[in-house]
Amino acid sequence: MQPAFSVIFLTTLIGAAQGLFLALYATEISGLGGLSALDSQQFLSSATLVALLLTALGLLASFFHLGHPERAWRSAVMWRTSWLSREVIALPLFMLGLFLYGGAHWSGLGNTRWIGAVTVLLCLGLFVATAMIYASVRFLQEWASPLTLVNYLLLGCASGLTLATLLAAGLGMTTLVTPYAFAAAALTLLAWVTRSAALLRNARLKPKSSLQSAIGIKHPRIVQMAQGFMGGSFNTREFFHGRTAQVLRSVKWTFLLLVFPLPLLCLILGANTASTALLFLAFALQYIGLLAERWFFFAQANHPQNLYYQTIS
Amino acid sequence: MTQLALVIDLNVCVGCHACVTSCKQWNTSGTAGSLVDLNPYGKDPNGTFFNRVQTFEVGEYPNTQTVHFPKSCLHCEDPPCVPVCPTGASYKRAQDGIVLVDYDKCIGCKYCTWACPYGAREFDEDRKVMTKCTLCVDRVTDTKLPETERKPACVLACPANARLFGDVHDPESVVSKAIAERGGYQLMPEWGTRPANHYLPRRKTEIRIHPEDLERVDNPLKLDRKLPEYAPRDLGREDFAT
Repeated sequence: MQPAFSVIFLTTLIGAAQGLFLALYATEISGLGGLSALDSQQFLSSATLVALLLTALGLLASFFHLGHPERAWRSAVMWRTSWLSREVIALPLFMLGLFLYGGAHWSGLGNTRWIGAVTVLLCLGLFVATAMIYASVRFLQEWASPLTLVNYLLLGCASGLTLATLLAAGLGMTTLVTPYAFAAAALTLLAWVTRSAALLRNARLKPKSSLQSAIGIKHPRIVQMAQGFMGGSFNTREFFHGRTAQVLRSVKWTFLLLVFPLPLLCLILGANTASTALLFLAFALQYIGLLAERWFFFAQANHPQNLYYQTIS
Repeated sequence: MTQLALVIDLNVCVGCHACVTSCKQWNTSGTAGSLVDLNPYGKDPNGTFFNRVQTFEVGEYPNTQTVHFPKSCLHCEDPPCVPVCPTGASYKRAQDGIVLVDYDKCIGCKYCTWACPYGAREFDEDRKVMTKCTLCVDRVTDTKLPETERKPACVLACPANARLFGDVHDPESVVSKAIAERGGYQLMPEWGTRPANHYLPRRKTEIRIHPEDLERVDNPLKLDRKLPEYAPRDLGREDFAT
């Protein structure tokens, strides 16, 4: 598939925001770090604001994916059948939850546990909806796997916790840095395993469709002589990344390096030396790595329609 | 329930692309149009065509067959492009099974193209909406046209009559009979999309000679039941009576 940058930014930004929120809510209900009421109130409200900003940026990016952004409101209609529609509903609701949660903390109105609990449900629902947009397209076999959902969840949580570690260090919540860094490292390791599992699965994937089933002729040797046109078309633009296998491979190794081992190293060093700069580096590297990961996620998916467009003439 | 569809005879298609050009002409001037062409006279032209004729070579030299293969939307009975649409712009008409896009509702997210294994949908970069084969819905339902012309443009244009059009749910229709009698099949059956359009396979052309074709069994001149003796005769004076 041709990677769409609007969607790459949308999924990585909201993933980090969701992971960050889950970390914040877990901090509140577990009383992690033993923060004073004032510290807790300040930290949770400002960090929730960061999560809200990330989701807003993601929402903004998503509009660039649409041919008619002014009709975007229509996309909430088909929630009974379409995961995309469900995401369109879940994202603003999650943002509303973040707003109320952060606002309740900031203004000291209370009831944050209840608001947070509902927002957690919305957050998890959003994870499922976002991942199922891809996992539910059975024709893209690289995506049609439970691993897609697991990876969206774990990569979002890992980047969110790396960001939480950075925010805790940056906002002076020193008691939170070590537990956050530990959780971020654990989630990053876990995501490393599941993302590698997805890569291994996709490497040994057997395409369900063949040229034989595509044109319905049962002969072992079929060669396309002409695709029917010599210029381009939507079919040649949208479904192929247009890069060499070499580029694809290097993007894969880049993200495998940037998302997992390098942030892990920065997290360990940053937490040990209490260096905000290193923790910033951890999040920056991991986020850039996730952009590459999402690009590769799209580029690697091979659409069966490509069987019909092998030879120009 | 009616399910209008095309049945394409691969044994007859000669790959002339008349269906491609007539489709483009009709749909670029009709309610589905205009079909956008990007940079049509430039170095890297891009075009929208709801119908394409592709060419495949099957087999190994010298035993090869050139198969011309027209491809357009298959109007699946279980269209995977419809439920994924977030706005409901992509829909299947209940009355005749045609899969259509409501251009006024489409937000141009292209999600439906991911969900079509056949690559039947093409995004219109001018109008920013998804477009696809309409099975010439504006033509087949137009009661002002004479009955014989209420067919898709590609069907009317085909000089070899390789394209049949009709209701595949009516067992008495021409298309249903063609599918039943000549082994009509669907594309990519492994996905369970149940395309309404069918393809008729290539046939081996055989010459069948019966004994009666060579020797008349009830020849009244052959009284002795012996085989006739063929007298050498000049060209043009052969005795066909024996």
